[in-house]
Parts: sequence; C-alpha cells; structure tokens
Amino acid sequence: MINSITSLNFTKNMSRESWVNLLLLVVIVSVPIIATLMDEVYYVNLSTRIIIIAMAAVGLNFALGFGGMVSFGHAAFFGLGGYVAGIAAFHSFEGTLFLGLIPASDQMLLIWPVALLGAAMIALLIGAISLRTQGVYFIMITLAFAQMIYYFSISLTTYGGEDGLSIILRNNFAIGNSNNPLHFFALCFFALLMSLWLSHRMVGSRFGAALTMAKLNETRLATAGIEPYSIRLVAFVVSAMITAFAGALFADLNGFVDPSMLSWHRSGEIIVIVVLGGVGRLFGPIAGAIAFVLLETFLGGFTDRWQLFLGLVLLGVVLFARGGLIGLMTGNARHG
Amino acid sequence: MVDSIMRIQKLYKSFGALKATDDVSLDLRKGEIHALIGPNGAGKSTLISQIAGSLKPDSGQIFLDGEDITQLSVAARAVKGLGRCFQVSSLAMPLSVRRNVMIASQAITGSSFRFWKAVESDKALIAAADEAIDMVGLLDRADEPASYLSHGERRQLEVGCALALKPKLLLLDEPMAGLGAGGSERLTGLLESLKLDIPILLIEHDMDAVFRLADRISVLVYGQIVAQGTSHKIRHDPLVREAYLGSSDLDVTGEVYD
Ligand SMILES: Nc1ncnc2c1ncn2[C@@H]1O[C@H](COP(=O)(O)OP(=O)(O)O)[C@@H](O)[C@H]1O
Ligand SMILES: [Mg+2]
Repeated sequence: MINSITSLNFTKNMSRESWVNLLLLVVIVSVPIIATLMDEVYYVNLSTRIIIIAMAAVGLNFALGFGGMVSFGHAAFFGLGGYVAGIAAFHSFEGTLFLGLIPASDQMLLIWPVALLGAAMIALLIGAISLRTQGVYFIMITLAFAQMIYYFSISLTTYGGEDGLSIILRNNFAIGNSNNPLHFFALCFFALLMSLWLSHRMVGSRFGAALTMAKLNETRLATAGIEPYSIRLVAFVVSAMITAFAGALFADLNGFVDPSMLSWHRSGEIIVIVVLGGVGRLFGPIAGAIAFVLLETFLGGFTDRWQLFLGLVLLGVVLFARGGLIGLMTGNARHG
Repeated sequence: MVDSIMRIQKLYKSFGALKATDDVSLDLRKGEIHALIGPNGAGKSTLISQIAGSLKPDSGQIFLDGEDITQLSVAARAVKGLGRCFQVSSLAMPLSVRRNVMIASQAITGSSFRFWKAVESDKALIAAADEAIDMVGLLDRADEPASYLSHGERRQLEVGCALALKPKLLLLDEPMAGLGAGGSERLTGLLESLKLDIPILLIEHDMDAVFRLADRISVLVYGQIVAQGTSHKIRHDPLVREAYLGSSDLDVTGEVYD
C-alpha cells in the first residue's frame, strides 16, 4: 500500500521534472533563434553566455551535487580552460611557438583535448591533497589552490598578466563558422548537452552509485568494500574537466581571457548557480544559470547592487526551497 | 593455530589514559560463533572497529585467513571478506533497501570504475543484492527507502549489506539490541543457519541469545579478556558469574538451554 503510493508519486514527479527540463531546453534554444531572426545578436550571445556558465555549473554539480564535495576552487578550472583557448589563439595569430617549442593551433578540436587534459592533471593534484580533508577544510584548501593558480595567471606577463589576453580571431571548429553567433551558440549548446548526458549516464552507473553513497554515507561505502577517496577523486577530476571545457568556450565567446576568470568570486558564482538551480538536480545548473545571468544582466544594468537581490533570492532558495528552482518548478523539494 | 579464519594478536589501543584494548588476543574459528561479552564501556565496539579497520590499533596484529591485514583500509578488508554491522545502524536512509545492499554486491562483482552502464538495468547486480535481501527477509520491501524501515528491520538490512559481500566472517555489534522478542528470535535463527558457512564474532547483551548461539565466549572487562572458553565453561565460571553476569539470573537461563 505505502509502497505503491510512494512509487506512484515518484514516477509522477520524475515525469514532471522531465517536462520542466524539456521546457528549459526549448526556451534556451528558441531565444537565440528568434533573436537571430530579429537581428538581435546581443540576445544570441547572452544565450550562449547562459549555456556556457550552465555548463561550468554542470561540472561543479557533478562534484558538489552528486558527490557532496563543496569545491570553492572551480574557477581555477574554468580559467584554465579559458587560458588554454586564449593562449592557443594568441600564438596562432602571432605565428609564434608556445614556450618557444610547441606550435599552436586555432582548431578547437585540438585545443579542447589540451584543456581537458590540463584540467584533469591539475584536478588530480588538487583533489589528491584536498580530499584528505573534509567539510570546511576541503572548502578552504580548494580555495587556497585556486588562489595560487589565480596569482600564477597574473604573473603570466607574456599573456597580458593582470590585464589579460585578447583573442583577436576566435578559434575554429571543424564544421560551421565559429564567428557566426548562432553557429557558436549551437556548438556550445551541443557541448552542454554532452556534459548533461555524460553526468546523467555516470550518475546512473556503478561509479555513480558509489559516488552517491560517498555523499550519503561514507562509512557504508567503505564497509561495502569501496574506497570513498578514490571514488571522490575521480569524480572531482571529471567535474573539473567539464568546467574547464566550459572555460575554453567562454574565452572564445568573449574574445578575451583574464585572471578574473580564475578569481574566487567566480568560484562563488558557480556555487551560487548550482545552489540556485538545485543541488544534485541534473538540469539545476541550467535553471540556475538562466536566473543568474538574467539578474546580472538586467538588474545589473539597473543597479550596481544587483548582488543584493541575488543574495535575497539565494536566501529564499536556501531557506524555503532546498530543491532550488528545479525543486520549485517540479513541486518536489527532495533532499539536497 | 587450528582452522582459525581470523586471529588477533596482542592488540593494544588507548584513548589518552584509557586503555580501551589492553593486550587482547583471540581467534575466530571456522564454523563457530564466538561471542564477546562484557559491561558497557569494556571496549567491545572499539575492538570491532580495529578488526574492521576504522580504528588503528596502537600495536598488535590482525590476521585474516593467515594474512596480516593490520595496515589495510576498511574497504580493502571488506573486499577480503570482513562483513561488519555497526552498533548504531549506518545506512543511506534516502536510498532504497536494494540500493543499500547493491553497493556491497557491486564491490565484489567487479570494478566501481564503470561509468556508463546503468546499475538499474544490471540484472546480475540486482540478483546478487536480492539474494542477500531475501536472506534477511526484506525482499518484499526492497524498493522502499531505508528510512521507512523499523529499527529492527534496519538491523536486518545491515546484516543483509554485510552478507552481500559474501564475507568470510561477520562482525556483529549488538545486532539484537532494540529488536522485539520476535525479531530477536528470527535473527537468532538466521545467525544459527549462517554460522557453518560464515563464522561470526558476536557482541551481544542478550544472554539468552548468547548462550543459545555461542560456541565460545570471551569476556572483556576494562579492555582485557578476563575469561575465555566454551559457552559451557563461561556459564559456570564462578568468577565470571560474580564479576559480570550476576549469578541468580544465570541459573535460570542456564537451565533453559542446557
Ligand atoms: N573515539 C574514542 N575516543 C575516546 N574514547 C573512546 C572512543 N571510543 C570509545 N572510547 C571509550 O573507550 C571505552 C570503550 O568503549 P566501547 O568500545 O564503545 O565499549 P563497549 O562497546 O564495550 O560498550 C569507553 O570508555 C569509551 O568511552
Ligand atoms: Mg559498544
């Protein structure tokens, strides 16, 4: 009796969440198409911005939402991806060699693997050390590592130091024209879909089952014969790679990369987006990114104190809607 | 050493000035239930934690099947066949009964670094978990969240999680505590049926259950083993009766199961 009622509720909520997810995708795709038809390039790029920031949050959500690891250093990976794209574009444009040794490419299909590999290696290092701690110490140590990388980026005088680096010619993708705003949007949208699909598959896999258990009850996981540390470490690396991918796209969108991409403000923003959208909800980052970028753009154009309103919204979500915006829309404020 | 599956040798563990484990040596033999009894605070749970690996002893060794496992992690010991149940249930409450058990099946049926195939449709994994769930009599509740289970059912579920590891032995910390008479009876039956395949180190306060189940008993007081022997010997040990068991109670229960 009880069993059948709950399983019924469960399927009902699931399908409702799927509808909400689909709606989000439809909105996010139709806006740039309509904007293109109306010749409003600004809104195409705004949509692309939302998509990319959502993808950065999809990365963090994998570690934070599904693995319970509150990383306060994900901007480091975002910025790392950005700098890989920026530095590649810089050397290709100048026709110079990276470190005087390695020829650069302006092909995204070559740049991305480098960004992903770089992020994976650095995340492995940061994770291996940070994951020996938990709770507030983990938050602080990831922040500390990110700050180190932030200051390192400032010291890169070849690449503009504190002023950053302009990407004069956007890097190229194998098909389409990356300089066409709608083409570039489509590319980013596809990347976002890939990251969502990857998250979804991984959360449902054996690895995901272990990761979920690491979040809910680490003792149970270890007693069941699986090392929580290694599960978390791999999840942290995957999470960093997704965020770095988003960073590479972000640099090409803006035609610019500077150390602020790696600042702790940025790390905080990504956390805010995950929490706003719904921690551990697959599409939470999209809802969060839409809300965040819209507040930033429209309220930010209106007053410099827009973050005050962001703070109020966040407070409301944390106090009254633990499932975030997705939880509100599905009427299901499941555990967070 | 005759046929012991697990052996502890000269184990010491102090918390500050408190000697929680003080020169403890004992072994668990194939086919037996070895009960560990003693008053609250004697160091029984602390000893189990050291065997399971969640606490490191100050000195001494723990052997599983002849192999020194003293330096291994909790997870490594579990994979090698140490099944453990906690004094206070440790489950993932929001997850279903099946999901709680599946994680143990997962550990022994291959790598957890498989990122693609959905566990929901992994028939072998589900079958392995259901077998363990069935053994503890929870199969009809397998889809419910663990939080829906009664206290007693949660204890059963923990035993199920341990069984899913297909362990070489079980470490059970007061599994009967808080189970009603019926639940206690059922679990006693289960343990009895298991012991030939899976020897059990059993901490238990319910003396009826202990004397019914245990082949051997060790009595722990202030971190030290003060008496060790067959169930019969311990029951009639005047020192044990005086120091710990309380002689009058014992005669009654003693008669019943003699
Ligand atoms: N982590 C710990 N730190 C300090 N003292 C502890 C710790 N764990 C247990 N103790 C102490 O060690 C003694 C033995 O505890 P425990 O093993 O739980 O006893 P039992 O399970 O036999 O009731 C108790 O006095 C307890 O307070
Ligand atoms: Mg105890």
